[in-house]
Amino acid sequence: MTTTHEHPANPAAGDPDRPVGFGRIQRKEDPRFIRGKGRYIDDIVLPGMLHGAILRSPVAHARLVSIDISAAAAHPKVKAVVTGKDLEGLKLAWAPTLSADVQAVLATDKVRFQGQEVAFVVAEDRYAARDALELIEVEYDILPPVVNARRALDADAPVIRDDIEGRTDNRIFDWEMGDAGATDAVFARADVTVAQEMVYPRVHPAPMETCGAVADFDPIDGGLTLYETTQAPHAHRTLYAMVAGIPEHKIRVVSPDIGGGFGNKVGIYPGYILAVVGSILTGKPVKWVEDRSENLMSTSFARDYLMKGEIAATRDGKILAVRTSVLADHGAFNATAQPTKNPAGFFSIFTGSYDLEAAYCSVTGVYTNKAPGGVAYACSFRVTEAVYLVERMVDVLAAKLQMDPAELRLKNFIRPEQFPYKNKTGWEYDSGNYAPAMRLSMQLAGYEDLRREQAEKRERGELMGIGVSFFTETVGAGPRKHFDIVGLGMADGAELRVHPTGKAVVRLSVQSQGQGHETTFAQIVAEELGIPPEDIDVVHGDTDQTPFGLGTYGSRSTPVSGGAVALVARKVREKAKFIAAAMLETRAEDLEWEKGRWFVKGDPGAGRTIAEIALAAHGTLALPEGIDGNLDAEVTYDPPNLTFPFGAYICVVDVDPGTGRVKVRRFIAVDDCGTRINPMIIEGQVHGGLTDGVGMALMEIIEFDDDGNCLGGSFMDYLIPTAMEVPDWETGFTVTPSPHHPIGAKGIGESATVGSPPAIVNAVVDALAPFGVTHMDMPCTPARVWEAMQGRATPPV
Amino acid sequence: MQIPAAFDYVRASSIDDALALLQQHGPESRVLAGGHSLLPMMKLRLARPEWLIDINELTELDYIRRDADVLRIGAMTRHTTLLESPDVGRLFPIVRDAEQVIADPVVRNRGTIGGSLCQADPAEDLSTVCKVLRAEAVIRGPNGERVLRMDEFHRGPYETALEQTELLCEVRLPVRQRSGSAYEKVERRVGDWAVAAAGAAVALAPDGTIEDAAVGLTAVGLEGTATEAETLLRGKRPAEELFAEAGRAAAAACDPVADQRGPVDYKRHLADELTRRVLRRACGRAGAEREG
Repeated sequence: MTTTHEHPANPAAGDPDRPVGFGRIQRKEDPRFIRGKGRYIDDIVLPGMLHGAILRSPVAHARLVSIDISAAAAHPKVKAVVTGKDLEGLKLAWAPTLSADVQAVLATDKVRFQGQEVAFVVAEDRYAARDALELIEVEYDILPPVVNARRALDADAPVIRDDIEGRTDNRIFDWEMGDAGATDAVFARADVTVAQEMVYPRVHPAPMETCGAVADFDPIDGGLTLYETTQAPHAHRTLYAMVAGIPEHKIRVVSPDIGGGFGNKVGIYPGYILAVVGSILTGKPVKWVEDRSENLMSTSFARDYLMKGEIAATRDGKILAVRTSVLADHGAFNATAQPTKNPAGFFSIFTGSYDLEAAYCSVTGVYTNKAPGGVAYACSFRVTEAVYLVERMVDVLAAKLQMDPAELRLKNFIRPEQFPYKNKTGWEYDSGNYAPAMRLSMQLAGYEDLRREQAEKRERGELMGIGVSFFTETVGAGPRKHFDIVGLGMADGAELRVHPTGKAVVRLSVQSQGQGHETTFAQIVAEELGIPPEDIDVVHGDTDQTPFGLGTYGSRSTPVSGGAVALVARKVREKAKFIAAAMLETRAEDLEWEKGRWFVKGDPGAGRTIAEIALAAHGTLALPEGIDGNLDAEVTYDPPNLTFPFGAYICVVDVDPGTGRVKVRRFIAVDDCGTRINPMIIEGQVHGGLTDGVGMALMEIIEFDDDGNCLGGSFMDYLIPTAMEVPDWETGFTVTPSPHHPIGAKGIGESATVGSPPAIVNAVVDALAPFGVTHMDMPCTPARVWEAMQGRATPPV
Repeated sequence: MQIPAAFDYVRASSIDDALALLQQHGPESRVLAGGHSLLPMMKLRLARPEWLIDINELTELDYIRRDADVLRIGAMTRHTTLLESPDVGRLFPIVRDAEQVIADPVVRNRGTIGGSLCQADPAEDLSTVCKVLRAEAVIRGPNGERVLRMDEFHRGPYETALEQTELLCEVRLPVRQRSGSAYEKVERRVGDWAVAAAGAAVALAPDGTIEDAAVGLTAVGLEGTATEAETLLRGKRPAEELFAEAGRAAAAACDPVADQRGPVDYKRHLADELTRRVLRRACGRAGAEREG
């Protein structure tokens, strides 16, 4: 750790570890989590509650010939068995996705991936529900599956989505961004061009808690209370109202404590809808919680991008243009959960942190017989893929030019005076100061010494690699005019009430999955109002108790909700000023603010604290005209732009030349997320994301065999890293505030997940340079590293 | 939560009770030791026993005892106990090597040597370890006790010589003078099954030549031990070139299959590479013991 206190001690607080406002404090939510008192979806038990289980397809592609539910329905503990046919009657067999497609809730015509939902059983207990699944007989007429995205567009490829009228192939979209002509022209005249094909394999967010729901439909008043694992309770409620026809005011969505989301809990899964259907059919609450294999095999995966990258540069290493083409495997239904009109999300940020003359990308999306999804696992709507592409390509260029990869990056950064910087694909980077972050990471790493050590080791035949990546993140969606989900603008609300005794409650539209919202947002209010964070309760996750907003994903909570909370606190502060003026029998314009109180300019002794003002606001004082008798406020914040956090990462690996085993020896992460609200929480977010990066770079992949069987359906097969695979993280930071955000904060949730995989892969490739290796694809498992050493690195798909 | 098919459960109170229960409930019953293979298979409904006979209360099977030139290990001895035993570590460093890379502490706290050997998973480490240590398996059944050599006990993937009515009770490891042993595994991640692993045990003659050697491989389709490699080693003085020769022989003897952990040629390469490494280490340890 490079620092412990970056904010000067607040004299009002007395203790620098317990600041009134920003600073390093322990998380308010942790006492309940570490004592096992969290309340997750599976902890919710309602009177008379029944249990649901889903029958899933054992095959990847087949026509549904018949389903016989009679034996299951006859099970003494079974209360209902639902098939696609039943749902057709309710017009619920198909549900709209967040990408203008539809997805089968229960299969009616065909199954299109292994693990797809075929039938739903509701029983008295979970065991009976599971047992009854085995009593359902399904006849499948097996069809050839499309497993490899490269084969999806072949003329003879089976058409997966024959449910869509007029569809004759598996192409979902062709999309492009940037200026193809200008980019081609730059490539034509460039001294040097490099090209590299690379795969960002299909991976899975695998949150510790799987997805689940408890649906409680009241047949008397027509009201639905739905507890679910959702990162976006308000968006879900509106979507249920639109799709299921239940009036929105009759729906209450509650997202309790969430055991990890990472984008896995943004979309609406068939299981949630089936729990609701089960409750409506039986008149009882119905719980459905998927098991680990169901989570891995059927819920939103991430990535699966087959990319080609190209860079044009001058001989002395000035990068001129980047060009890329992508084949995107979206699985059986186009269900990416992302808020842009661009089907590749934010991928067009592939220009990275560099000042280019031209850039162009084209992306083709295809259907395959695999689970749907694609935008998840802390990807910032595909910034992950974009950063991996450009950061891998810069290293390919460095190898070609025989330049140091850190120096090459320093040479090409967007310069501080160019911000706000408009890139060649239409983004406006809000602020940045890249070189100091790069230099700080090199200094923390001891970069020159590492390069010397590497040279000595190479002499002895030892394989040591040093990998660099520099990323610019794109988070905080976002301005309503550009970003929406099914027409809902990407704004967030906040409500703040200061109680008569000066304690407060702030209500949020975003939903924590472990990010520490109950602490961070209390600290923002504390910073703005000068009341201690422990006196501020943070309420979130319940649509009946919180203002409307779009939820937590894409690192948007601090950039959007953080802005809302700062502004609502300022609104309360302004209101307090008028009440203080009345109390002090002076004019509001004669008052001055210091953290926690308004006082008379030039007379610091004459002042009123927020607590005193709150009591007066609710008391007998004659309030000024237009001032309500409370100290409350609400806002909806529509951010003017996205925010662009950045960071410089350096990874040191050792590779066992005899076995291909990769050991991540060191990892240095310098992050800049603008204003730092709680450095401890920021470091925690970075540590988690770096661990994700080790997982993706070294071991994680969801593979399929030729028959479309998912080979990553358990934690025996889908590996995620443990403490043994990760080093002691070395973190540092710079602070470049966002100029447009109310407190200058940019968001940190996904930076490390986005930035770390290329640093690790670059380090592995660097270690293998003596073998002439210039690229290898993730995951860098021992076998794949050994193959690369033999000169036959192969893509994983 | 993954839910197994319905089953009945009974707790054995003694070895004789366990044997009687096995007799009583027949082929659809399974013995539950640590449960770290059986229970996951049941949850995935790949295994569907009608009865579980839990032997976790048979503390009489949880022991490590030195008896002249034999170390007796009770079948219910947990991995953690083996890992932490000074006797085991001193006499059979290969066991400690292997135990350090078997699964993770949670599994090691519960899993047993008997369970591992009876499961006979092809990627299971202790089967290889016991083979190269020329261990014996002590089995009790309705007709009394019988003792099998490991190569008789272990019949192949998921298959042992144990009858349905029998219980593995003890593993005997012969203690040899001037001996050394070692184990090394390549895995994709801590706790994953082996991509490949090798174990070796050697005994040196007073003149420093290799008197006896055993080489075993895990997860690469080698039945028994690598006898050709062992023949090459016997009577020779430990040397890098000799280890390389033995490595090549072991690699030639194995028969790996390609899977998500790697292709055939990589696994064969590992058989070679890891054989060299464990022989180097085993001979070093044997020499150190001689000097000590």
